[in-house]
Amino acid sequence: MLDTIVNFLTADIRTATPLLLAALGLVFSERAGIVNIGTEGIMLTGALLGCVGSFIFKSSLMGAVFAIAGGAIAGLIFAYFTVTLRSNQIVVGTAFNIFAIGLTVTLNRLILNGVKVNSYSNYPIPGLSKIPLLGRVLFNWSVPVYLAFLAVPVCWFVLYRTNTGLKVRAVGEYPKACDTVGINVFKVRYAVILFSGMMSGFAGSFVSMGQLSSFTEGMVSGKGFMALAVCVFGNYSPVTVLLAALLFGASDALKYRLTTTGLGSYYQFLNMLPYIITIVALCAFTKRSNKPAFSSVPYRKE
Amino acid sequence: MPENILEMKNITKRFASVVANEDINLSVKKGEIHALLGENGAGKSTLMNCLYGMYDSYEGEIYFGGKLVEIQDPKHAIAIGIGMVHQHFMLIPVLTVIENVVLGLKENKEILDLNSAAKKFTELGKRYNMEIDPWVRVEQLSVGQQQRLEILKALYREARLLILDEPTAVLTPGEIDSLFDMMTKLKNEGQTVIFISHKLNEIMKICDRCTVLRQGRLEATVNIEDVKNREELAALMVGREVELVVEKNPAQLLEERLVVKDLCCDNDRKLPAVKSVSFEVRGGEILGICGVDGNGQSELIQSITGLRPVSSGQVFINGVDATNYDARRVLDLSVSHVPEDRHKFGMIGQMNVEENLLLVSYKEDRFAGKGLLKWNIIDQHSKKICDDFNVKTPSIKELAKNLSGGNQQKFVVGRELERTPRLLIAVHPSRGLDIGATKYIQAQMLKQRDNGAAVLMVSTELDELIELSDRILVIFEGEVMGIIDQKEASRETLGPLMAGVR
Repeated sequence: MLDTIVNFLTADIRTATPLLLAALGLVFSERAGIVNIGTEGIMLTGALLGCVGSFIFKSSLMGAVFAIAGGAIAGLIFAYFTVTLRSNQIVVGTAFNIFAIGLTVTLNRLILNGVKVNSYSNYPIPGLSKIPLLGRVLFNWSVPVYLAFLAVPVCWFVLYRTNTGLKVRAVGEYPKACDTVGINVFKVRYAVILFSGMMSGFAGSFVSMGQLSSFTEGMVSGKGFMALAVCVFGNYSPVTVLLAALLFGASDALKYRLTTTGLGSYYQFLNMLPYIITIVALCAFTKRSNKPAFSSVPYRKE
Repeated sequence: MPENILEMKNITKRFASVVANEDINLSVKKGEIHALLGENGAGKSTLMNCLYGMYDSYEGEIYFGGKLVEIQDPKHAIAIGIGMVHQHFMLIPVLTVIENVVLGLKENKEILDLNSAAKKFTELGKRYNMEIDPWVRVEQLSVGQQQRLEILKALYREARLLILDEPTAVLTPGEIDSLFDMMTKLKNEGQTVIFISHKLNEIMKICDRCTVLRQGRLEATVNIEDVKNREELAALMVGREVELVVEKNPAQLLEERLVVKDLCCDNDRKLPAVKSVSFEVRGGEILGICGVDGNGQSELIQSITGLRPVSSGQVFINGVDATNYDARRVLDLSVSHVPEDRHKFGMIGQMNVEENLLLVSYKEDRFAGKGLLKWNIIDQHSKKICDDFNVKTPSIKELAKNLSGGNQQKFVVGRELERTPRLLIAVHPSRGLDIGATKYIQAQMLKQRDNGAAVLMVSTELDELIELSDRILVIFEGEVMGIIDQKEASRETLGPLMAGVR
């Protein structure tokens, strides 16, 4: 029984990690009024580039660097279209997703072809990981997992206690007012999209190198969209986003648990679980939402 | 002789082919309250937005504090000591007062110290007698408080010149008085204020000098002391003599045309907006509805005209129980409606004038038959409306959005009055219009009244209400505060009611 619980919780954290990494980035871009539906594509690109970097340099660290750099470039392109050219964010995001499928398939067949690469290895924390049960659940992970969870308080602090965070929150709510007090709306929006792109790229690399150690085509399979849902469900705030990511992870972990029981033949329904939770939650919590007033509205200076 | 804190020389600002400001000179002395007067579209806001760096470019020279400055963005304007309170407040509702105050300050440390900022802010508030709790969210403040916050925000940034863009438009008479006290206090402290307005009384009352703009050009700069009366200012603003007082015959009362009984309805956020309102309007009279914007006037009119569900109570139009009728059936009861926002509800900018004129009557037999429109007849009819109601348009095929605000309102009014309604509902009929167009629309409404129509008019302009209405209903937070006869109506009697004091 205890083993089951421990397995369940580790599975939860493992699935929650990429969602959390991407969603924390999205908290910032969403707060500044950017809806980046292209997160799915950026994560997929990150998953591939992570493996490429790791394959070339035989180092998972270089994999992470590749994935983050790829995310940054994707972010800049997205920002150029949506902020500078004021294109529709949903259309550009969708274009990103379709483009990413083609790009990753092509690069995969040119470079990787399913080759095994160095994955993120576990670093048990000395001492703490020896605690019975708790040690296995919390302190026996690879670096991206630790980073994802440590990023929660950091992101919270930045968003609510710093000048940068104040600007980010203000820009999504009323960009023109920010302009009148001398904030460069375009700069803020470029910065958050860049950050969110890097986080998504990093999150993607965890999908291909977290537990697995190779890239398969289309492997992100909706995790980018789930990260967006986590961000919304977590009410655009880091701590609640953490809870939302864990809940989504749990429903995913539950899915695998239930598959091994007699319910397995209905696994399509179990797959729906995270999405049903999202829809119910979104309907229930519409009143007090942190969704910014100028979400997905491009800013134009007169 | 105090020095000039600001000199704007030969300012010209173009938008594409339109010249909004042409060769304007403005000089403002240190420590004065300087009015910028002009009709809508005269270029007042454009000129101030140039000064505040809201545009990418302008032609001409700006000297501030004796030095030539080239203001590219608001950041620069703030840095040299210019503060602006925009007509639409530049505050972020979900942030707290103090977060709004420090937002964008260049001396902010990366980790914000809101506590010491709040202390400094509170001291500043005490000094100018306008204290605001720094820790509440802005959305919880009243409109008057938000305006004070905007002024304090500018002072916190050490503004030496404060631009107030139509600050009284959103205030009750009481709040206007305290704004004027505040402005006097600022002046005594050596601050300079530019006061943008088109309200002559206010300028006569509070300002030292006045610069008048007309159609984008400088008309004159005058000392208020030397101005004899408001007619003189009005003549400068409009470019000819204007009759400010409306001539009106006594009312000939007919039967009740609109009866509203205990009407309640909700606003868009599902909160009660109109609370048990009752009144009646007879043929041959004008009932004015008076109140600060957002006190349920819009919802009241929408529920009468079938645009919003009535939650309880009844509406009788021309003797018919029209409660919760849809808009078409309401209009069919010989009702004309000049809606509050002509761009949203009154016209379709992307359609031409003729099509707009047809919007209400396209179904009628005289214009349509066998599923086809009779364009010949429609053309003649449209031309007639444009002639009768002085609509200046190159042709009836011109897109409605290309007309000036005054001409748009004239064809909307023309469309509605052409049907000789028994009940006319007009919401903010003169909002955004110049004096000429305003007087014309007002005369048309009086003509309808004298011909026996019942007129229900909503306005926020007290002068307009007092001059035109036979009776005035004051609404506050969705409740009727009282109905006052024209004879007893004045700023003094209406003001407290508008603020909710009975």
